[in-house]
Amino acid sequence: MSVSRIRPLIVHVILIAVSALMLIPFLLVVFGAFKTQGEFTRDPGAWLPASFLNLDNFVMLFQRGFGGYLLNSVIVSVMVVLANLLFSSLAGYALAKLRFRGARLVFGIVISAMMVPIVAIFVPQFLVAVQLHLVDTLVGIAAPMMVMPIAVFIVRQFASSIPEELMEAARLDGASELRIFWQIFLPLLGPALATVSVMTFLYSWNAFIWPLVIAQSQNTYTLPIGLSIAASSNNTTLFGVMLAGAVVVLLPVLILFLLLQRYFVQGITATGMK
Amino acid sequence: MADVLSRREAPGRRLPPGVRLRIGHEAATAWIFLTPTLILMALFTVIPAVIALTLSFTDIGLRDLRDPFSVDFAGLDSFAAVLANTDFQRALLNTLLFVLVGVPLTIVIGLVLAVALNTGIRRLRPVYRTAIYVPVVANIVAASVIWKYALGYQGPINEALTHIGIPAPNWLGDPQWAVTAVIMLTLWRNIGTAMVLFLAGLQAVPEDVMEAAALDGAGSWGRFWHVTLPLLRPTTLMVSVLITVMYMNIFEEPYLLTGGGPLGSTRSLSLWIYEQFGYGKIAASMAGSFVLLALVALVSITQFRLLRPKH
Repeated sequence: MSVSRIRPLIVHVILIAVSALMLIPFLLVVFGAFKTQGEFTRDPGAWLPASFLNLDNFVMLFQRGFGGYLLNSVIVSVMVVLANLLFSSLAGYALAKLRFRGARLVFGIVISAMMVPIVAIFVPQFLVAVQLHLVDTLVGIAAPMMVMPIAVFIVRQFASSIPEELMEAARLDGASELRIFWQIFLPLLGPALATVSVMTFLYSWNAFIWPLVIAQSQNTYTLPIGLSIAASSNNTTLFGVMLAGAVVVLLPVLILFLLLQRYFVQGITATGMK
Repeated sequence: MADVLSRREAPGRRLPPGVRLRIGHEAATAWIFLTPTLILMALFTVIPAVIALTLSFTDIGLRDLRDPFSVDFAGLDSFAAVLANTDFQRALLNTLLFVLVGVPLTIVIGLVLAVALNTGIRRLRPVYRTAIYVPVVANIVAASVIWKYALGYQGPINEALTHIGIPAPNWLGDPQWAVTAVIMLTLWRNIGTAMVLFLAGLQAVPEDVMEAAALDGAGSWGRFWHVTLPLLRPTTLMVSVLITVMYMNIFEEPYLLTGGGPLGSTRSLSLWIYEQFGYGKIAASMAGSFVLLALVALVSITQFRLLRPKH
C-alpha cells in the first residue's frame, strides 16, 4: 500500500527535477537579456537582472544590423516552407496515388536522402551552388532545403490513407489529373501539410551549417549566422546584446512550438527524424 | 524491380484501350509532378554525394573550386594523408568518445523519462513533456550563446554550484570539463527526441499484455524487463540508430560552444572536415567526409543487424 503511494511521488520528483534543469538555460537568457553591461562586469554570476525594463540590449541589437538578418531569416523560411508545401504534395501524390514504373525507386531515393548527413556533402553542394551562381544569395541559402525528403515522406505516408475511390470517381467523370490533385487531393491533405509546414519552418529557421557556408556577407546573413559571427567576434564584452539576440532567434520557434506542439511531435514520431 | 506497382501495371495489355491510355497518362502525370523534387534532389543531394565520393580520389584545392574539371586523379593519396594526420586521428577519437558517452546516456535517460511519463500521471504529463522536449526545437546558436554565458568561470552556473558548496569547474577552459560541457549540451538537445519516440513506442504496448503478465505474478520490474523492453525493440532500434548517427555527425555543439578547443579536446570529425574546407584543403575535407559517411553507414548497418527482431 505504501509503495503504491510513494512511487508516483518519486516519479513526480524526478520529472520536476529534469524539467527544471532543461528550463534553466531559458531562464538565464531571459534574465540576461535585460541586464546592463555594467551588471555583467560587476557580478557575472548573478541570475536576476536589476530591472526587466532595460531594453538597451535589444535596441543595440537592431543597431547592429539584426533587423536585416531577421528579415533574411523570414524570407528564407517562407521560401522553404512554400516550396516544400508545393513540391512535397505534388511528389507525395505521384508516389502514393499514381501508377508508374519506377515509383519504388524514386521513393527509395527519397528515403536514402534522409540518411545523408549535411556535414558529408556540404562541400560538393557548395561546388554546385558556385556553378549555379547561388553563392551569397537568399535563394542559394533556401535552395537545398526546398525539397526536404522528410516532407515528401510525410505527405506520401498520409496520402496512402486517403481512399482511392474519391479520385477514381473523379477520373471516370473525366476530370484532369491536375484538377483531381488540386480540388480533391489537396483539400484532404490538411493535417499532413500542417506537419510539413511546422517541420520545414523549424528546419530552415534553425539551419546552420549550409547558411554558414554559403552566406558570405551581411546582406545574406540569417539570424543564426549573424548571431554566431557576432558572438565569436566579441567573446565576453557584450553578453547582454548576444543574449538579446538569442531571445530574438528563439522566440518565433518557441511560440510556434507552444501553439502547435501536436504537429511537432507528429512530425518526429512519424519519421524518427528531427 | 519486382514491385507491386509495376505488377499492377503489367496486365495492361488485356485492359480496354481507353484504360490503357489512362495508365500511360497517369505515368506521364506522375513524372511531371515529380520533376521539381527530382531536379532539386539531384542538384543538392545525389550529385553532391557522387562528387563527394569522386573528389576524395583527386588533388582538388581551393583554386579548382570554380573549375572542377581541372583536378587530377590522386588515387588514395588523400586518404593516406588524412589517416596519417594526427589532428584527424584526435578528432576521430574525440568523436568516438562523444558517441560512447553520449549515446547510452541519451537513450537510457530518454527511456527512463518516457517510462516515468507513461505511469498514470495524466494531468501533468503534457507539462513535463513540453519542458523536457523544448530544447530540441531551440536554435543551437542561441543555445550555445546562452550556455557559453552560463558556464563562464564566474558565470551563473558556477555561482550556483559554489553556493551549494560544490567546487566550480573551469567548464570551457579545461579540456576534460570542455568535453563534459559539450556532452551536456548534446544531452540537453537530444534527450527530448529519444523521450518522445520511446513514449510513442510505450503507448503502443497493448494494455491486455501487461494485465496478463501482472496476473501471472510478474512484478513491475519483471513486466518492464520481460514484456515492455522486448516489445519496444523496434523503437529502441530506431532511436539508437538515430541518436548514434547524430553523435557521429556532431558539429554545431563543439563548433559553437568550444570552437573545438581547448587544445583540440572537443574537435569532432565533422568539425575537422569543416576546418579543412575553411583552409581550402578540399581533397582532405572530402576524404574526411568519405571516412565519416562510411563509418555512419557501417554503424547503422551493424545496429540494424544486432537489434532486428529475433525469430
